[in-house]
Amino acid sequence: MTPGPDGRIRPHIFVVWVEDLPGVLNRVTSLFRRRGFNIESLSVGPARAPGVSRMTIVVRTDATTARRMLVQLSRLVNVLRADDITNEPAIHHELAMFKIQATGEERTQVIQLAGATGARLVDIAPESVVLEATASPQKIDGLAEVLRPYGIVEQVRTGLVGMARGAASVMTDPDARKPPKRRRASSDESGGSHSV
Amino acid sequence: MTKRWRRTGAQLIWETLLGEGVHTVFGYPGGAILPAYDAMLDYPIRHILVRHEQGATHMADGYSRASGEVGVAVATSGPGATNMVTGIATAMLDSSPIVCVTGQVGSALIGTDAFQETDVTGVTLPITKHNYLVTEVDEIAPALHEAFYVARSGRPGPVLVDITKDAQQAFTQRRPRLGKVDLPGYRPEPRPPESELQSAAELINRAERPVILAGHGILISGAMGQVRELAERARIPIAMTLLGIGAIPANHSLNMGMMGMHGESWVNQAIQEADLLLALGMRFDDRVTGSLKTYAPNAAKIHIDIDPAEFNKNVRVDVALAGDLSAVLAHLLPVIEARDRSEWLGSIRGFKGDTAVRDIQNLPDMGKLYAAHVIHDIWRMTGGRAIVTTDVGQHQMWEAQYYRHNEPRSLITSGGLGTMGFALPAAVGAKVARPDDEVWVIAGDGGFQMTMCELATIAQERLKLNVAIINNGYLGMVRQWQEFFYDRRYAGTPILSPDFAALARSFGLGGEVVKTRQEVEGAVERARADERTVVLDFQVEKEDTVYPMVPTGARLQDMIRRPGQEADGDPESEEEPVAAGRTVEW
Repeated sequence: MTPGPDGRIRPHIFVVWVEDLPGVLNRVTSLFRRRGFNIESLSVGPARAPGVSRMTIVVRTDATTARRMLVQLSRLVNVLRADDITNEPAIHHELAMFKIQATGEERTQVIQLAGATGARLVDIAPESVVLEATASPQKIDGLAEVLRPYGIVEQVRTGLVGMARGAASVMTDPDARKPPKRRRASSDESGGSHSV
Repeated sequence: MTKRWRRTGAQLIWETLLGEGVHTVFGYPGGAILPAYDAMLDYPIRHILVRHEQGATHMADGYSRASGEVGVAVATSGPGATNMVTGIATAMLDSSPIVCVTGQVGSALIGTDAFQETDVTGVTLPITKHNYLVTEVDEIAPALHEAFYVARSGRPGPVLVDITKDAQQAFTQRRPRLGKVDLPGYRPEPRPPESELQSAAELINRAERPVILAGHGILISGAMGQVRELAERARIPIAMTLLGIGAIPANHSLNMGMMGMHGESWVNQAIQEADLLLALGMRFDDRVTGSLKTYAPNAAKIHIDIDPAEFNKNVRVDVALAGDLSAVLAHLLPVIEARDRSEWLGSIRGFKGDTAVRDIQNLPDMGKLYAAHVIHDIWRMTGGRAIVTTDVGQHQMWEAQYYRHNEPRSLITSGGLGTMGFALPAAVGAKVARPDDEVWVIAGDGGFQMTMCELATIAQERLKLNVAIINNGYLGMVRQWQEFFYDRRYAGTPILSPDFAALARSFGLGGEVVKTRQEVEGAVERARADERTVVLDFQVEKEDTVYPMVPTGARLQDMIRRPGQEADGDPESEEEPVAAGRTVEW
């Protein structure tokens, strides 16, 4: 990726609210594919309003291209709203699980390490333990670094999700508009503005 | 006793289309769309059987561009739908509102690689404005209703509705209630803030050397009158994009003509020397800007477009006004001051210089048949009032240069995608939309062969078109690039053609071969007088070139000009038709 005129390449965090309909995820990711972006992470889940999904997408790019992507995202018919929250005061967390092969003394050390870093011990098996942590990606990176010498045999990271700090912000869920329940077909036969 | 309301999905397709004002569809039947075809016979729908589904989409596109209404194409699943891809992409790139209705295999079979199954919504996702896969009978009417709304609102574009066979066959007793479309995330008509309108007005009023860049958006928005008013009051010269042709009459005293790669060099020079570019419903395509680094370096730029995604995409602009052009101009016009600007108009006259003399249109034919002369003669004989459709390539540029369109929606051409084979089916659509207008196809010998099967459609529908094939035995524009940039190595460009006139006759149409300038007038006269569609095979100079030309990536003012020796000839004595009956500003 070549940097645009005004900026260095860095991770940009997009929060995208979409109608929860089949194929919408494909429409969103297809946009990134068309422009040749590699999505670093993407997480999707239900938003507060029924029928609305909230995506957090992380893409490495420059500011100009990020602005362009945002406009392109907003153009999609099923996208309710798209924000670039890279520069917003927000909590950016991801969840990670690490499976460590450890017995004896090493095992004790790993468990102590977990306590010291705020990671939780979620599984203990004879040959291995599983640690879980929820933190910023940087902190997760740090945790992975200190665990590596003990032998990480498996890891999973959800990718980042974000929420703005404070009571209200640009990131308030766009549910006040109207529920996207629009495939209504009424059995009422008493006419309508454009009945067929 | 009243019988309870009851419909099949197939019936609802046609009832919804009729509700949207559709009376003609262009289509081709097949297994997965059979229920819809069966129901069609019970509704007042004119079905035009195409010979290839690409033709159906181009016809719907041509219909739309000629009328401003949504064109409709119908096809079956699998190959029927994939054949539509080129036409859909063409409509997408040129913001043309069409709705494609495709049959899909039964919903139980989806994903099983069933006979004639293709993931059509997947295939067309990046080339439609939006698309729908409908598997329930009760979703058919709302999806189609929404499709028409999305296709025609905001920046128009193609919408595809893929309907499974079982949904078409199923009965419902729920009468669809189609009111206002409720799409919470869709904002088709943005409004620019007042402050931006103010900045734009100030830039326009202050400018000494402004140029209006007139694009397709003017036609789509119907802002022709307002643009003229703006230009006339503020005395701003106008340059047109290819798709903007017709937005401002060619004979308007402030209209300079086409800009860009094959625009007039003096028009491009005016753009390069401008201190303000006022871009109206255009998108700074690479074919109009040349090198972006050197594009209009001293000009402030105001961009008015309904699609905010176009702002700062190719060219950085100072003021961007997002909105429907007509609505934006309604706010802007009251604050635009009347100005004289005769000094600027005088400079442009200076740029023009001897261009007209060098123009091949005004050169003698020396016994040869030039495409420019053919098109010029067609223009003269049709009084410039025909609807002309073109493909892409040399003939398209010559048409844009030599057929002078005074009416909106009179040039229908594939601009953005540059689709060969567009002209003939697009002309069918245009003729169906405007049966009382004279329609001409101007196509090359290459592109014509891509969709010439639609001659059979024309014969079956008894449509009256006039077809001019600019036949030079080459894929001419590619050959021209090979001539300039590939050392005249003509790889894959010589093309053999059938006897087009005889071919036309085999369809029951008229056909004639034209080899000299003297024969042109008679042939055009006979073609126009004939009740049938007539194909004129103009066998023109083989290695003629479209001049002037901005090489890709070059500065806009650095154009390759027609070589001097040809320009030395005396201008033809024939009257200069362009100037007839108007005040020429340049």
